[in-house]
Amino acid sequence: MSPGHYLALSAILFTIGAIGVLVRRNAIVVFMCVELMLNACNLAFVTFARMHGNLHGQIIAFFVMVVAAAEVVVGLAIIMTIFRTRRSSSVDDANLLKY
Amino acid sequence: MTPSRTAGAVLAQDIPAPHIEYGQIAPILVVFGVAVLGVLVEAFAGRRLRYPIQVPLAFAGLIAAFVWTVWMGVGDEPHLVAAEGALGVDGPTLFLQGTILILATVSLLLISERSRSHFTPQASALPGTEAEQRSATSGNTQTEIFPLMMFAVTGMIMFPAANDLLTMFIALEIMSLPLYLLCGLARRRRLLSQEAAVKYFLLGAFSSAFFLYGAALLYGYAGSVRLGVIAAELGTDAGSETLLLGGVALLTVGLLFKLGAVPFHMWKPDVYQGAPTPVTALMASCTLVAAFGGMLRIYYVALENLRWDWRPALWGVAILTMIVGAVVAITQTDIKRMLAYSSIAHGGFLLTGVVAASTDGLSGSLFYLAAYGFTTVGAFAVVTMVQDDAGEAAHLSRWAGLGRRSPLVAGVFAFFLLAFAGIPLTSGFTGKFAVFKAAIDAGATPLVIVGVLASAVAAFFYVRVIVVMFFSEPEADGPRVVAAPATAAAVALGVAATVVLGVLPQPVLDMAGHAASSMFVR
Repeated sequence: MSPGHYLALSAILFTIGAIGVLVRRNAIVVFMCVELMLNACNLAFVTFARMHGNLHGQIIAFFVMVVAAAEVVVGLAIIMTIFRTRRSSSVDDANLLKY
Repeated sequence: MTPSRTAGAVLAQDIPAPHIEYGQIAPILVVFGVAVLGVLVEAFAGRRLRYPIQVPLAFAGLIAAFVWTVWMGVGDEPHLVAAEGALGVDGPTLFLQGTILILATVSLLLISERSRSHFTPQASALPGTEAEQRSATSGNTQTEIFPLMMFAVTGMIMFPAANDLLTMFIALEIMSLPLYLLCGLARRRRLLSQEAAVKYFLLGAFSSAFFLYGAALLYGYAGSVRLGVIAAELGTDAGSETLLLGGVALLTVGLLFKLGAVPFHMWKPDVYQGAPTPVTALMASCTLVAAFGGMLRIYYVALENLRWDWRPALWGVAILTMIVGAVVAITQTDIKRMLAYSSIAHGGFLLTGVVAASTDGLSGSLFYLAAYGFTTVGAFAVVTMVQDDAGEAAHLSRWAGLGRRSPLVAGVFAFFLLAFAGIPLTSGFTGKFAVFKAAIDAGATPLVIVGVLASAVAAFFYVRVIVVMFFSEPEADGPRVVAAPATAAAVALGVAATVVLGVLPQPVLDMAGHAASSMFVR
């Protein structure tokens, strides 16, 4: 199977994630869409590593996983705090700051 | 060859140990070490002991790292890649690192203010509940902010040094993750603060993903994420143009978001307004310096040969940024929000230095970053001093007549605003002159004309604040000025730097020129 298919899949996943961030209203789901984008990046890195025949891309994928895990910790902490305050995790409800 | 034999062959070889130049990267390691020590202090020291341990530790770490950076700068011209090529230690990097470290030290003066702390003693206590009352009256101080800030500063001084896209991404995350948390820790107006944290986090993570996908596409193009290798690959004109241009575009989106350039500026006013003001000061100065440092390195090292493709795009972004920043600031009624839009406009002025893509452009940008950083820290320090019963009096109408009540503070703030506007004999004038001159030399005259017009528009709203402060009647229950010693020291440093860089800019201009003369190492 040609690596091109994997690249196409990664681009599709990235796009789904980006659209999800823009249209979904629940902070947790928005955040999951960001994680989907990061994983699409990983797929692209690993595929390119295979195409170029070096290991850089695979190593990078490990780093990205660690970063994604750290981001989950920080992100869920922040979303939890605002949920406990407002009893809602919708990004539309947080609307005190504007213009 | 079977897999098991391959593994055996690998095991039989000695894996060469990476060569790390500890001396060259010591500033990063020192600040990082202080951050880790800070975490240990949080875990093991008693509650009363934490503040007296954390604050000297943080100051010592930042100052030690700064001294080391200066020592490397005046020493034997380091111009090499360190840590197996992951970090570039060269003139511009040292200048930017020094700037970030000194600005972080000044911001730390604000953050460590204890008598009227800006941070909630307990982030988990819900606003408006009994638990919050209890934590507020307990007299406890929030000390987790110090290790968080040190981690953020580690990322900031790594970011302009990063010589490959992976290191740059990691530095970006180390810088951003603690800042997301710091934004949500304000003592007063906690709903605003938490909202700012959520917005900053979601949009920041979104832009990081763009940056990363851009890095992936450039890796696909060049087969390496090292900036020098990407530049070399561009020279040979091999590889897929689609991957290259797509990668550059996505990478640029990620970087422009961190700078807060239009059309990726939406987070900036909200976050600057909602975050605790000392954290805003840190973000407005150090994060901007770090983000521009990384941007300069990518465009000057990796993508220099692609200049004709990215320059038009950056032209457009710079023009939009200057105009939108200056025009929207006019309608603002909140001081912090107004300063945020002013920061967006200044990002546009700085982009003209990037567009110039020359040694002069680089040295002008370096000087502008240092000058603007000091002025903005000083301005936000003044904002923390003007307080009423509910905390800071951030609404512009509350500042009416401040010049009568406290002429010194109002005068200092007016001076900072004039420096933002770029009046001669302030650092703002010298900085703008340096980047605009470089841009004209590089043939970007229309951009400079827009820049000067935007400066004129910006001067209007700066002067409006001065008029409100000096030429309107003070309210009976107006805010009072609370000058705590550390905050006053931060303001004094800001004033001193703004005056010195405006009246006697030559030594620092020479330093920036000298740092830029060797350009970036590859």
